[in-house]
Amino acid sequence: MDGNVYIPIAVLAALGFGFAAFSVVTGALTGPKRYNRAKLDAYECGIEPTPQPVGGGRVSVKYYTIAMLFIIFDIEIIFLYPWAVTFDSFGISILVEMALFIVTVFVPLIYVWRRGGLDWDH
Amino acid sequence: MSSSVSGDLILADADGTHLAQFGHDVWWIMLIKVVVIFAFLMVFTLFTIIFERRAVSWMQQRVGPNRVGPQGSLQSLADGVKLMLKEDIVPKAADKAIFVIAPVISATGAFLAFAVIPIGPEVSIFGERTVLQVTDTPVAVLFILASSSAAIYGIVLAGWSSGSTYPLLGGLRSTAQMISYELAMSLSFVAVFLYAGSMSTSEIVAAQEDLWYGIALLPSFVVYLIAMVGETNRPPFDLPEAEGELVGGFHTEYSSIKFALFFLGEYIALITVSALAVTLFLGGWMAPWPLGGPIWPGANENWFPVLWFLGKLLTLVFVFIWLRGTLPRMRYDQFMALGWKILIPVSIGWILLVATIQALRNEGYEVRNIVLVAAGVLAALLLVTWVWEVVRAKPPEDEPVAEAVEFDPFAGGYPVPPMPGQVPVLVSTPVSTPVSFSTSGQHRVEMVERGDTDA
Repeated sequence: MDGNVYIPIAVLAALGFGFAAFSVVTGALTGPKRYNRAKLDAYECGIEPTPQPVGGGRVSVKYYTIAMLFIIFDIEIIFLYPWAVTFDSFGISILVEMALFIVTVFVPLIYVWRRGGLDWDH
Repeated sequence: MSSSVSGDLILADADGTHLAQFGHDVWWIMLIKVVVIFAFLMVFTLFTIIFERRAVSWMQQRVGPNRVGPQGSLQSLADGVKLMLKEDIVPKAADKAIFVIAPVISATGAFLAFAVIPIGPEVSIFGERTVLQVTDTPVAVLFILASSSAAIYGIVLAGWSSGSTYPLLGGLRSTAQMISYELAMSLSFVAVFLYAGSMSTSEIVAAQEDLWYGIALLPSFVVYLIAMVGETNRPPFDLPEAEGELVGGFHTEYSSIKFALFFLGEYIALITVSALAVTLFLGGWMAPWPLGGPIWPGANENWFPVLWFLGKLLTLVFVFIWLRGTLPRMRYDQFMALGWKILIPVSIGWILLVATIQALRNEGYEVRNIVLVAAGVLAALLLVTWVWEVVRAKPPEDEPVAEAVEFDPFAGGYPVPPMPGQVPVLVSTPVSTPVSFSTSGQHRVEMVERGDTDA
């Protein structure tokens, strides 16, 4: 049980990457090349493409809320996994501790929920 | 305290009969297993595409592809060759390097997760004893989550680097959708780890010998089934590529083999999440209930388990296709509400319930399995009805009638649709003034002034 359980994963990754890279390179060589100015424009169903704002423009704040909530809950999950695996080795105390932690993390979700941060149509 | 923790962990590793079997393969056995998994994923993807097209056309009472090969079975292969021979367009506005790398990331990440999926027990290949699983680690499920997150990078980078409106919107939606449903998915695993006492896939399968976790932990299974559809962008949750709104979403600007790589990545992800569901909730390669027991003791030995695994995998893949054939696409706000307001709170509540029962059992209280199953069925029913109500929810009756705000759809230089509560005013804009279709006789006046008197 040391590092060599990861060797097959590395081999599979190399195989997958090799296949994908090979496909992209040969795909660029095997296809035809016919220049057409309109073809290289952004596709918007045939109309003149919408001008792209410099630097990507501004994104709705809802996405940021989701991203921050995701980080909070992802960290909670990272703590939940080892807790679940070693649960049987400890007594009832670990249950109480994790319950307190979960409640603490859940309060921000309730707060955001009540403030309408999870409503996409407002 | 900490020394006892590490002592326990080492003990668990030492007597874990399954984990110790990995990492000792001869190099050519390892190579064979890796290549077989790679080939299996490619072939199964081709098969799934044609299976999906035939099954959906059967559900829609049409024929579907049936020309290339027997019963159209070579259609997806022919499509792949066709895509290979198509022009590889890189749009003018695209960020070239990232635009090329994105599909490679998406496809490479998709291959990885299958390395830790158990397909069968120990068998002998050319005299060598080996387990039908490429590898296993103490954090195998965490590794699957990590590699499926890598696929998100491909999608986000593709949307971002295309330099076009629809891919950008599709990429953004996709990010929010996949991270939201990844939370629900990750939370549904906690109860499984709690029962199995391990994150290794082979040990989780071994722990399901008596009772599948799909039955013992039904609410977790239901949450996982919903989350896996959201995680793979499949209908009814295919919002990142909603063709009615976003043309093709993140892959609008992609053509040729780069598009094919996204397609491949998406289908491998479908196969992987199905295989994960089989592993964590449906007993992995173990034979279904009446077979594995006294009826046929050999059902769980040698190569037969591969059959059970493939059967369960095919069933779940069919469920995906069935969903696509049955359900219309959800609205984005409904979809996010389902993830954040239902799946995540329900999962957390369920984890606390399971942990409490497990703690009571460890303390020596008699908690019957049946009680847990009954509670699980009840909770799953509640969840399903709750989902149903949210999906069918009527808008509130007393919604205030917003005052109509006038706005100019051409204000930005190109037409935009009105937001709720806005009323477009069709005033003539500087663009449209030169062209006048009025019949008020102005033309005739002009003509007269120019001297066309013979009109």
